[in-house]
Amino acid sequence: MVDKIIIENLSLQYSDGTESLRDVSMGIRQNAVTVLFGPAGGGKSTLLRCLNRLNDLTEIKASTGRILIDGENILDPKTDVIALRRKVGMVFARPVPLPMTIRENITYALDLAGETRKSKLDEAVERSLKLAAVWDEVKERLDDPAIALSGGQQQRVCLARVIALQPQIILLDEPTSGLDPISTGKVEAALLELKKEYTVILVPHSVQQAARTADYAAFFLTGELIEYGEGKTLFTNPKQKKTEDYIMGRFG
Amino acid sequence: MEKSLSWREFIITRLIQTSGYSAILFVALIFFFLLREGLPTLSEVDAASLFNIRWYPIEDYFGILPLITGSLIVTLGAALIAVPFGIGTAVYISEIAPRWMREILKPLVELLGGLPSVVLGFLGILVLAPFLRVFLNLPTGLTALTGSLLLGGIAVPTVVSVAEDALDSVPRAYREGAWALGATKWQTIWRVTLPAARSGVLTAVMLGVGRAIGETMTVMMVTGNAPVLATKLGSLFSPVRTMTATIAAEMGEVANGSTHYHVLFFIGMVLFIISLIVNIIASSVVFRSKKRAERILS
Amino acid sequence: MTKFLAQNRHTVQRLGFIAITLMALLTVLPIIGTIIFIIVKGGSAISVEFLTGFPHDGMRAGGILPAIIGTLYLTLGTAFFSVPLGIAAAIYLAEYAKDNRWTRLIRLAIINLAGIPSVVYGLFGLGLFVLFLKFGTSILAASLTLSIMTLPVIISTSEEALRAVPQAFRTVSISLGATRWQTISRIILKEALPGILTGVILGLERAAGETAPILFTGAAFFLPRLPQSPFDATMALPYHLFVISTQVPEMPIQIQYGTALVLLVFVLTMNIIATVIRSRARAKRQW
Repeated sequence: MVDKIIIENLSLQYSDGTESLRDVSMGIRQNAVTVLFGPAGGGKSTLLRCLNRLNDLTEIKASTGRILIDGENILDPKTDVIALRRKVGMVFARPVPLPMTIRENITYALDLAGETRKSKLDEAVERSLKLAAVWDEVKERLDDPAIALSGGQQQRVCLARVIALQPQIILLDEPTSGLDPISTGKVEAALLELKKEYTVILVPHSVQQAARTADYAAFFLTGELIEYGEGKTLFTNPKQKKTEDYIMGRFG
Repeated sequence: MEKSLSWREFIITRLIQTSGYSAILFVALIFFFLLREGLPTLSEVDAASLFNIRWYPIEDYFGILPLITGSLIVTLGAALIAVPFGIGTAVYISEIAPRWMREILKPLVELLGGLPSVVLGFLGILVLAPFLRVFLNLPTGLTALTGSLLLGGIAVPTVVSVAEDALDSVPRAYREGAWALGATKWQTIWRVTLPAARSGVLTAVMLGVGRAIGETMTVMMVTGNAPVLATKLGSLFSPVRTMTATIAAEMGEVANGSTHYHVLFFIGMVLFIISLIVNIIASSVVFRSKKRAERILS
Repeated sequence: MTKFLAQNRHTVQRLGFIAITLMALLTVLPIIGTIIFIIVKGGSAISVEFLTGFPHDGMRAGGILPAIIGTLYLTLGTAFFSVPLGIAAAIYLAEYAKDNRWTRLIRLAIINLAGIPSVVYGLFGLGLFVLFLKFGTSILAASLTLSIMTLPVIISTSEEALRAVPQAFRTVSISLGATRWQTISRIILKEALPGILTGVILGLERAAGETAPILFTGAAFFLPRLPQSPFDATMALPYHLFVISTQVPEMPIQIQYGTALVLLVFVLTMNIIATVIRSRARAKRQW
């Protein structure tokens, strides 16, 4: 089992002075679901946004440390950020269907990358919608506006949109927070399939979801990594008291 | 930050940046040219005669005071009309009118804002002036009052749209809180909503006044164009001349480079500075409405 | 007094509502009245000959075609300069500009441009375009002057249209590997287009109806033929109306009202087009 991503001593501060991450070091295993969980403000979303350099869009003042993906530090200013974002895809908390048809949503990124052959595009549309477990529901209406779908369907289309690029890493930031239980189940099932080919990092919206899906889990509290371990042991037998307190619901 | 994909992106970005800064360039240009052609006035006409009460360029009388008072009295009159009617209409649209009425009124008011000032001046000459002459028993209908009435009408759409935005932006929670405490809708409007929208309404008034001061054609056509010092209340019922009308009326007849020419530019400079001040004050009364975007798109 | 008002709150409210409603009606009815009045008075002057013919007898008879064409040319000329520049500046403010002193200066400049009296623009146009750059009294000089005057309207409405597009689209697009300009051109501009278009049309509508900026920069009263190049002067509807209603003795009333009507229709049509674009966009919006 190999570490796809290695985070070394990462610290981050926003321009208004709030400290977001403090000296975080961890590894993310390939082809597994790693879950980052903890109470709000713990730095999990920030960490996620570092992995695809989405934080470049916000005002970050001080950042120290390295993030190595396949051995290369992606925080280096010379990094090709566009290529990085094609390699590291992200699904957001609220489904954001682009104002186009379902098909165009999926092919948007491929079009940007220069793929114009219709056969390849159609193939990508079908493959990614199937992997996202939503193909059967939308195959008859690929040329309808994506906004017409239900919330759960939209979110899975957003997942398919990311998969279409065939990234190596998929980041999901509370992807099921607005969805009903059935849709949530479908997304979680999709993740189990996806991890066979991709490295998945998930910020869950509940501890239960974390326990359901995690191969590996990391507990974050106010910007610090408190504990990291295998999913099957951390939730039943946490080593740190703070982790246990959070899991048991003693604070939140 | 982001690495450009190609030179194309770089060039486009530079062009966009330059366009952004162009506004500053234009203001500077305008100010420069006004200065260039207007400053010679100070060497050609001494301050005493400049701030005199006699404007009669043919005989080298360049007293601009009557023009200034002309502008002031017409603007004041316009404000007295535009402010109550503008705010009142804004309150009606925002707080009282049913939904369907609102959808009719808002475009209508905007329509008024789009009417060319020359058309209003035209109607002023043919309809309003004769009416006022008969109704108020005046020697002529071309007076400051006529100008004020029309200018008020021109300024109202500006006041209404900005004030209505301001009222619309007041969070619903404010009104609901007042109702929960037993206030009537009417009381809520005057004691809660309007005070909350105070800065926006003030901005609306200032912008409306700015619009009135700068209006040219309408006043040129209906105020009678007599450069007489307007200081008494009665001046409202006699002809006056505004700064704007003076420039418009006389610019065509001056020799390039003559003193008269320079003085007209000087007056232009005065107008520029007045509008600068009004607009700086209006914008520093900070007011940002998120709903304004929806207004454009809806 | 306050006690009296408070105890009779509901009566006060009813009276107050009536007063305010009357106020609104008094503001709005004259608008409708004005338009109807001009239509009624000017309608009889409208004929094919009026709209397509040239004036005769010192403007007292015949048609006003050159004025109509002139206004068309000026509007197009204004659009040519102000639309690309205005939209680009709006894109800069909405998508690129950081919140610093320079940006605040730009915004202040725009607010000021918006407030400058139209006759001062005329002076500026005279000083810079007609005299200094030696374009002479021309469509070019007048269009450039009108363009700078129209710029603030286009910039501010376009910027708001761009800002109205949800921020989430930008984030998603960037996260999928798009550059900032790709995001703008493929998604943001497309979605903001109706709003931008509305603003552009409203801005051009105002430019079409303005007289003072073209007084010394491009307008002429009587030209024997249509303008042949941008360096020619031109007749224009607002200026024509101004002159025939104030400077020409024994001008038939019909022609005056007719001219006013044509100008009104020109301006109102643009207004209606803008309103239609706006409401259709609202219905079709995918967010």
